[in-house]
Amino acid sequence: MSAPYAKLPLWVEYALIPLINLVVAFLVAGLVVLIVGESPLRAATLLVQGAFGYGEGIGFTLYYATNFIFTGLAVAVAFHCGLFNIGGEGQAYIGGLGVALACLWFDNIVPWFVTFPIAVLAAALFGAAWAFIPGYLQAKRGSHIVITTIMFNFIASSLMVYMLVEVLKPLGSMAPQTRTFADGGQLPRLDWLLSTFGLDIGGAPFNLSFIVALVAAFLVWLLIWRTRLGYEIRTMGASPSAARYAGIKDARVIIITMLISGGLAGMMALNPIMGDQHRLQLDFVTGAGFVGIAVALMGRSHPVGIIPAAILFGMLYQGGAEISFEMPNISRDMITIIQGLVILFAGALEHMFRPTLIAFFATLRGTRDPAEAPAAGG
Amino acid sequence: MKNADLGWLRGKHMPSVVGQTNREANGWHMGDLAIELRGIDKSFGAVHANKNINLQVRKGTIHGIIGENGAGKSTLMSILYGFYQADKGDIQVNGAPTIIRDPNTAISLGIGMVHQHFMLVDNFTVLENVMLGAEENAVLNRGITKARAELKRLEDEYALEVDPDAVIEELPVGLQQRVEILKALFRGAEILILDEPTGVLTPAEADHLFRILEQLRDQGKTILLITHKLREIMAITDEVSVMRRGEIVATRETGKTSVEELAELMVGRRVLLRVEKGEANPQDVKLAVKDLTVRDSRGVVMVDNVSLDVRAGEIVGIAGVAGNGQSELLEAITGIRQAENGTVMLDGEPIRVTGEADPAELRKRGLAHVPEDRHHMGLVLSFEENENAILGYHYDEQFLNGPMLNLNNIRQEAAKKAEEYDIRPPDVRLKTANFSGGNQQKIVLAREMGRDPTVLVIGQPTRGVDVGAIEFIHRRIIEMRDAGKAVLLVSVELDEIRALSDRILVMFAGRVVGERTPDATEGELGLLMAGVEEAQEAAQ
Repeated sequence: MSAPYAKLPLWVEYALIPLINLVVAFLVAGLVVLIVGESPLRAATLLVQGAFGYGEGIGFTLYYATNFIFTGLAVAVAFHCGLFNIGGEGQAYIGGLGVALACLWFDNIVPWFVTFPIAVLAAALFGAAWAFIPGYLQAKRGSHIVITTIMFNFIASSLMVYMLVEVLKPLGSMAPQTRTFADGGQLPRLDWLLSTFGLDIGGAPFNLSFIVALVAAFLVWLLIWRTRLGYEIRTMGASPSAARYAGIKDARVIIITMLISGGLAGMMALNPIMGDQHRLQLDFVTGAGFVGIAVALMGRSHPVGIIPAAILFGMLYQGGAEISFEMPNISRDMITIIQGLVILFAGALEHMFRPTLIAFFATLRGTRDPAEAPAAGG
Repeated sequence: MKNADLGWLRGKHMPSVVGQTNREANGWHMGDLAIELRGIDKSFGAVHANKNINLQVRKGTIHGIIGENGAGKSTLMSILYGFYQADKGDIQVNGAPTIIRDPNTAISLGIGMVHQHFMLVDNFTVLENVMLGAEENAVLNRGITKARAELKRLEDEYALEVDPDAVIEELPVGLQQRVEILKALFRGAEILILDEPTGVLTPAEADHLFRILEQLRDQGKTILLITHKLREIMAITDEVSVMRRGEIVATRETGKTSVEELAELMVGRRVLLRVEKGEANPQDVKLAVKDLTVRDSRGVVMVDNVSLDVRAGEIVGIAGVAGNGQSELLEAITGIRQAENGTVMLDGEPIRVTGEADPAELRKRGLAHVPEDRHHMGLVLSFEENENAILGYHYDEQFLNGPMLNLNNIRQEAAKKAEEYDIRPPDVRLKTANFSGGNQQKIVLAREMGRDPTVLVIGQPTRGVDVGAIEFIHRRIIEMRDAGKAVLLVSVELDEIRALSDRILVMFAGRVVGERTPDATEGELGLLMAGVEEAQEAAQ
């Protein structure tokens, strides 16, 4: 009873709050730009132009967004079950191992469209396997998922160094990476897609994984809101005691949710490995697992919100690179600060303005006809 | 219960004669007020937790506040201790008007609180806990020496022996509670609030606590004792205020009242609920509970060797003051809580109650359950109404298309139920949190009653439900009985139990202490609920 149900109109919940958070993040970021002696306005122009101003920029923005859609979906699925999967980073990393193994085995034998489904499956399986252990420990032993998934990020990191240095590195090579895949291990780019809009993708690695990400987003929506499993996941997340009452087997649902979440994170590896680099390298995830948390928070754990949120972060990555190129005072690290600010306001401080807005709308509603109040009479 | 405890029952003498003479010598009966509350009012959303409370607590007395769970006792004390602010009303401490914004203000006014759930750091020593928040310096050694001396003084003065270097988690709960009391005294408390202090204590520990409280009172401290146990009130308080539904309905001098009167005041004589019902026609036993024992997570026995039968076509009501094991009994029968011992037969077939029970399987076998707490168990408030209409039945084929939900069927079925049970507004897409309490309860009832169960287990069917819906719900329960269902009903509303039940079982301290017919008087049931009858029977 101490926390009464504060209700906000849907458009406030899903549009206004994320927008306010974003604007505040940009204002603070603007201050940072001002402090180093550059014009925030010019930086903002560069950011948007760099990300959306030309074909190659858009290609890169969407390429980064693809990563974030996968990891954002991974975090969102776990959120619905009340689980905070911080391990997207490690699950994606291990997913990369699956993609690489599939490509290394098949790239010389079959064309890409045969390797492709195998690689998708391998990415999902490897990512899921990496999420299984924390999921199992949470479900059966009560070990907190946040702690275990963080630890598993570190373990994944060490494991991949070992794999690349000791196992997967071609003989005689100095670099800790696999050999470059043959054509059978390379996804086609989606230059034709952008050229239908009259855009030239240039060197941007925008590839088929983007379509896979969109399909995954649709499937997640279907899973969460249209299947019995999704119903059980949402019940668990909203009220574990109600789930117990309903006879939902909590351990089973937790483990399955983590498998799905890990699988989605693992599939993120398709994009950089099979779609761009065509080989497995160290640290290819570059924080996408963590950005996924911000994307899921900003997108309210709904695929329809996650896709634009992922594109926004794609824009920050791509436009940020552009700024640091054009403005010598703003180093690559500054860009990271700006991205960090957006994550801070959109993710961690997501609810900062909520109490104010609730109070504002409460007084607004109070001055109107009380008959409009949503609570129904008895 | 031990014979030694019976003195208070017969009212022959009050405990601590010495204390009484002391107090009279101090002139306590005409003494000043330690606390005076005037017109305190507090609401949480739609829940009116405290209504216009007026309370006077005399200095140097033990003042009991008794009432059922949810009567508003804890809210009132939280206001006094500064956890909440009252919406209206004044607080006077020692005759001076004050505003208590937070617990620190309360402490500086000399108010100390011993919480129901201890606020101790488990892996700290007694001394460390006592001085926590009163360290004085960043470097501890001087503070420690001082605190140790002060603790020693307090222990001697109030006979509260406890080893200052013992680690909390290694102490029994009785001693942990003593540390809480020491903590309050250490901070200079003159007024001590104890919230349900005996809930976690064994009877021996409770007796010891009472002796400590009497001693504190005799040294001039004022004590406010919150409890729902009549025995404690009679045993040690000087005055008692009874709370019911957020109001103080009476204040009595303990010596001039009786258990019967207090029980009646607590439970309340509401306008008698009248439900028209014919004779019951009991058939075969559908639910048979035998020797069921349940412990809670702390290991305390909540259900103690309970056996009962419910037959098809009858309503068996379980009466009792809240917290006497009824909730745990329901949860064990319905597979939500694991029992330690015993068997439960559903329609002649055993249920797994001591292992991992499966509520879903029980539902399939015809056991429907309306839980006591619809907000945390019976419903997911953030779901749409139609999603709650299938909670627990979501595995049913009519709601599924393979792994997919059949939204058409779900919504149609929900709309049908909404009409049948007059759920308003009849919008199955509306969020459940936006329905009123009565309509939320109808959503649960429609779901559980609507699938032709063999046994219907109902907890608190009308808690937080408006009067109009109460009648509707009662009629439905009677209809279920007349349709030949076995109904097990738990309610803390004695009127409700008497109006609906064909047989009444009374639970006290985890045991079924008596069975009565519905024409048993309120006083008779009240005594059973207070555990009095049992004690007298044992004494004979």
